[in-house]
Amino acid sequence: MPEFLIYALVAGLGLALVAGPLGSFVVWRRMAYFGDTLSHSALLGIAMGILLDINLTVAVTAGCVLLAVLLVVMQNRQWLASDTLLGILAHSTLSLGLVVLALTDNVRIDLMAYLFGDLLAISTGDLGWMLGGVAVVSVLLALLWRRLLAVTVHEELARVEGQPVTAIHMALMLLIAIVIAVAMKIVGVLLITSLLIIPPAAAQRHARTPEQMAIGASVLGCLAVLGGLGMSWNLDTPAGPSIVVCAAALFMLVLTVPRRA
Amino acid sequence: MSKALLALESVSLRLHGNAILDKVDLSVQPGEIVTLIGPNGAGKTSLVRIVLGLLKADSGSVKRKSRLRIGYMPQKLQVDATLPLTVLRFLMLAPRVKRPAALEALEEVGAGHLALRPLQQVSGGELQRILLARALLRKPHLLVLDEPVQGVDVNGQIELYELITRLRDRYGCGVLMVSHDLHLVMSTTNTVVCLNRHVCCSGRPEQVSLDPAFVALFGEQASALAIYNHHHDHDHDLHGEVVETPAGHQHGPNCKHA
Repeated sequence: MPEFLIYALVAGLGLALVAGPLGSFVVWRRMAYFGDTLSHSALLGIAMGILLDINLTVAVTAGCVLLAVLLVVMQNRQWLASDTLLGILAHSTLSLGLVVLALTDNVRIDLMAYLFGDLLAISTGDLGWMLGGVAVVSVLLALLWRRLLAVTVHEELARVEGQPVTAIHMALMLLIAIVIAVAMKIVGVLLITSLLIIPPAAAQRHARTPEQMAIGASVLGCLAVLGGLGMSWNLDTPAGPSIVVCAAALFMLVLTVPRRA
Repeated sequence: MSKALLALESVSLRLHGNAILDKVDLSVQPGEIVTLIGPNGAGKTSLVRIVLGLLKADSGSVKRKSRLRIGYMPQKLQVDATLPLTVLRFLMLAPRVKRPAALEALEEVGAGHLALRPLQQVSGGELQRILLARALLRKPHLLVLDEPVQGVDVNGQIELYELITRLRDRYGCGVLMVSHDLHLVMSTTNTVVCLNRHVCCSGRPEQVSLDPAFVALFGEQASALAIYNHHHDHDHDLHGEVVETPAGHQHGPNCKHA
């Protein structure tokens, strides 16, 4: 197997493993649009990273965290409905990213690679950053799992019971930001949320505990990565969209399996 | 008063320019059940949130006994349908709670049979018991119950009130609860505080004189019902402002407005 395919597999499977549990929270907390907004803004992070000449994974993570904090502050002000605010930020940050990238004319970059991913062009350095991100997310998720669940079920109850609710929220934002930075290379900014949402949505039907849903989502995500890469290799289709197509197909397949009584 | 679990003095709160609470006094002693009643928009929930520390009063003092553990039963619980969570797991989300303790608390509130039921598939009355169990798991000095009988039928309400009284007797904790029903409060409520932005009046509820028809309807349980019979010495307009009665407004002992 060629080296680039091994890299692609390792990166894709790593992402699918953490996207399952984290995506479950995105589903439970109804944050799909929030995730979408953050991932659209990732392109602005890339533009800034190129302008300031810093590592793009770091630039995207930092950009997403900043935007997440900005969003939470603006949502608390409540002068616009959440979805309106998200819509404004999603598209203006994406457009701003595109404009800034167009203005930095001394750099030739492949825009399509950032929008839809370029899994098969991952370098050793990229892989290192991705696996580092995956490791950080899995450790934090494992440590915070119970608290994240408590805050998701009832925020005020958790606060009265002494949970540091604001810190837990911030941690969740950070986790989502890191996963977006990792996933950007794999499926591209426009498709990231699908990896966070489709596998948990599919796993939900047959799960009886939060953990079953999270692990089921990881497994389905890994299957989607394997299927997508196989499809890309054999049919010469773009890797990112192929993975998403496979995830969607798995979702449809799961719908046809009857629920346990 | 020095041993009070909780003492609020002259607490005022404004939200978005509107006066929500005006110089409210409130205290709860160990083993005392204090019921907060009043119409919608009277500021009951805001007052509870101040007690819980979720909201900060603009003025006045809030004193809690040092290391006061509060068991909180929220008004409602909406868990997304996609989250597969059994009742038992829900209870085990409280910090440092293990399975045996969770099961015991569930038995205590008479909901042991619900342990493995998905949280989204329990009835209103069952959910209230489960929330009460979660509050008990904190081994609280003070139970704060926000409309504990909401969405429960009358028989269920009586049972829940009796359960709350039993738990108070057993653990000796103070209870602060919100109700927006003016008439249906337990005979064992020690103090009733009638709130309408300010404390209109507060005091002991009177024992109900037992109506034969009433007893016939509820049997033994009727004794758990009392009618709180307070003399409301002033009226309120639609905005909750005090309206002078023709005879002139007579201030009660707890009446703080000018």
